[in-house]
Amino acid sequence: MSVSAAASVRRIALIGNPNTGKTTLFNALTGLAQRVGNYPGVTVEKKIGKLEPGLEVIDLPGTYSLAAHSPDERVAVDVLLGAQAGEPRPDLVVVIADAGNLERNLYLVTQVMETGLPVVVALNMMDVARENGIAVDPAGLESALGVPIVPMVAARREGLDELRAAVKRRLGSPAPKTGWTWPPPLAKELEALRHACQEEDCLLLRALVDEGGAAEEALAGRHGAGVRERLRGARARIREAGKPAAAFEAQTRYAWIGQAVRPHVSRRDAGVSFTDRADALLTHRVFGSAVFAVLMTGVFMVIFRCAGPFMDFIDAMFGTLQEGVTGLLAGTALEGGAFESLLVDGVIAGVGGVLIFLPQICFLFLFIALLEDCGYMARAAFLMDRLLRFCGLSGHSFIPMMSSFACAVPGVMSARTIANPRDRLATILVAPLMSCSARLPVYSLLVAAFVSDAVVAGFLPLRGLVFAAMYFLGIVVAVAVAFLLKRTLLKGPTPPFVMELPPYRRPSPRNVSLRVWEAAKAFTVRAGTIILAISIVIWALNYFPRSDEIAESYAILREAAEAEGLDEDALAARLEDLERLEAGAYQRDSYFGRMGHFIEPLVRPLGWDWRIGMAALASFPAREVVVATLGIIYDLGGEVDVEDDTSRARMVERLQAVAWPDGRPVFNLPVALSIMVFFALCCQCGATVATIKRETNSWKWALFAFAYMTVLAYVGALAAYQIGIRV
Amino acid sequence: MLLSACRPGQGGRVTRTLAEGPLGQRLMEMGLIEGARVQVVRVAPLGDPVEIRLNDYHLSLRKAEAEGVEIEP
Repeated sequence: MSVSAAASVRRIALIGNPNTGKTTLFNALTGLAQRVGNYPGVTVEKKIGKLEPGLEVIDLPGTYSLAAHSPDERVAVDVLLGAQAGEPRPDLVVVIADAGNLERNLYLVTQVMETGLPVVVALNMMDVARENGIAVDPAGLESALGVPIVPMVAARREGLDELRAAVKRRLGSPAPKTGWTWPPPLAKELEALRHACQEEDCLLLRALVDEGGAAEEALAGRHGAGVRERLRGARARIREAGKPAAAFEAQTRYAWIGQAVRPHVSRRDAGVSFTDRADALLTHRVFGSAVFAVLMTGVFMVIFRCAGPFMDFIDAMFGTLQEGVTGLLAGTALEGGAFESLLVDGVIAGVGGVLIFLPQICFLFLFIALLEDCGYMARAAFLMDRLLRFCGLSGHSFIPMMSSFACAVPGVMSARTIANPRDRLATILVAPLMSCSARLPVYSLLVAAFVSDAVVAGFLPLRGLVFAAMYFLGIVVAVAVAFLLKRTLLKGPTPPFVMELPPYRRPSPRNVSLRVWEAAKAFTVRAGTIILAISIVIWALNYFPRSDEIAESYAILREAAEAEGLDEDALAARLEDLERLEAGAYQRDSYFGRMGHFIEPLVRPLGWDWRIGMAALASFPAREVVVATLGIIYDLGGEVDVEDDTSRARMVERLQAVAWPDGRPVFNLPVALSIMVFFALCCQCGATVATIKRETNSWKWALFAFAYMTVLAYVGALAAYQIGIRV
Repeated sequence: MLLSACRPGQGGRVTRTLAEGPLGQRLMEMGLIEGARVQVVRVAPLGDPVEIRLNDYHLSLRKAEAEGVEIEP
């Protein structure tokens, strides 16, 4: 039963140009019944939804053409041709087309008509086209093209029933007839190729036209590498006959589309459109840049500030949960044991450490979804392209980079909006170099402790300058690394920046909320599990071996304190002191403490003692933890609050008193700078590493990011200290 | 003349697509083929890329890419 049921599930592919409302249509057709995954081996997202029992819809990446240039487009073509491993070939293709931009959208339709699958065209955004003075006669167009055309407004759910009905009517029908004929040079070579390899015409055409494309790979795989030579010869002969194969293809299609469309589309002058008026301002030399700056500052401030209360709330909730569990276990056999610590400091703290990112992720993706849905995202890339090009990237990298100043996790996730895989990877790899909000406590503490509150040049506070220098350092290094990556590991032809500037539209609340929900879910489920696992390993390295000696000696000290006959308050204070000292002793004796001793020779040139080295190691899950770890190591307890003046003053005082065995103070300005530079450049953030793993679908790139950043951080810290002690 | 040499407001008919390989193919797929009407709408604040109007829509191209399109005013 189940086997035959699975076999009888029919599948519809949904394909279309970007900005045609494809996501809106997919969401409207399938509701929440969606499965989101990845295609094997690539980072292209796969979305499948249920139209009705026995009928599924697969949402293919947006593409202008079946000539696959990017991995996204390749997946779309492979699925249509049945060449994608693990995906059955669809039974029907729905091509969504923008009624207001008919010719270019029909280009893809003509290509899909050649795949041999039944086709239905969803002619979307009829309302916007009408407003812009474009009236389409769907029935006339249907007879001219020879495929069913369903006029609709997907955003208002108009035409959905008609589309469903047309799809069901068309299932099982033969593929549409194609009315155009290829010019003789192309037709001749196609015919010759057909004799050489028995394959579908559509695949042969793509192999002939798209140099080094997916179809050429497929043919070479099935018919031997000799096919490549044959294709090269064929292309050269076509070119000799007048123009490249791609030009023949494009001209033939557009000519056919033009004569098919002309009688069925009427235009009247609708005056200057809203988009034109808006763009006169939004991409204006002066106003456009100002609006952009204000908008981006706003986005940044919201991620940076408005997420704060939510994060505090999550933090407080998990704090209460920790206290609650500690309270529950009090008086039981588990009190104060390893299990309690695992539960409280490992699991609960780890889950809290995952969820704490959600407010920033949700806020950022809310903005990204709004900006993308309304059409402004393309303008942002248009405005910023020149600026980012000199380090080998494009305007698409701006938002991920900027978001990373708040937090690299949503920043790395937002790099999904970059279509070119090399640009996307370069952006992901350098985004964590931006000084995120988690670096702030580290900077605040060390700046307050070791940078004088002097004023430079009459008005510039030195402390502020050091802060700014840390941000600047991250940017400069990111630019340099991106520049190098794009010339070495991620070298390749510059991807075309041919980008549509779509008309402005009102964002759909449904699309926006689904987008935020997907981002939050993907992070929690896929990155969250890795972060939790890392947190528990780190907990264990921090907790064990838990020597009995320390426990015994502090038990004796406690008994002695109780026997002294102190009054109640003094005894409580003494016991609290002992507890702090004991925590410090355990921490110094932990595996991390031992590793700290072990790596001391390595961190000595940075001016660090083993305790700083250990704190740096233990802060792998999240760099802000280093403040609490230093607090514990130096017997102040883990509750250091850098925003609280007395707490920070106590910590500062304690750090200033730490000395080498020969009495020299460990901490001074060069050491503080070296620690700050280290934390500015390092990737001590388990969440970032886990997110890079998830977003690139590979541990290789996650580990690469961690490794290169750690090396840079070490070199930077070394330079800061060695130069610092000599100035 | 080349499309890249047009100032905002200028334009004409495409006579030839000079760009080859994936860029040329992408330009032609987007509709920049012989006979198509194009007009430069504006230039980005930093001097590059340019925004052009083509058929019923707007496209952004880098100047270097616009050099791949020949037009007659």
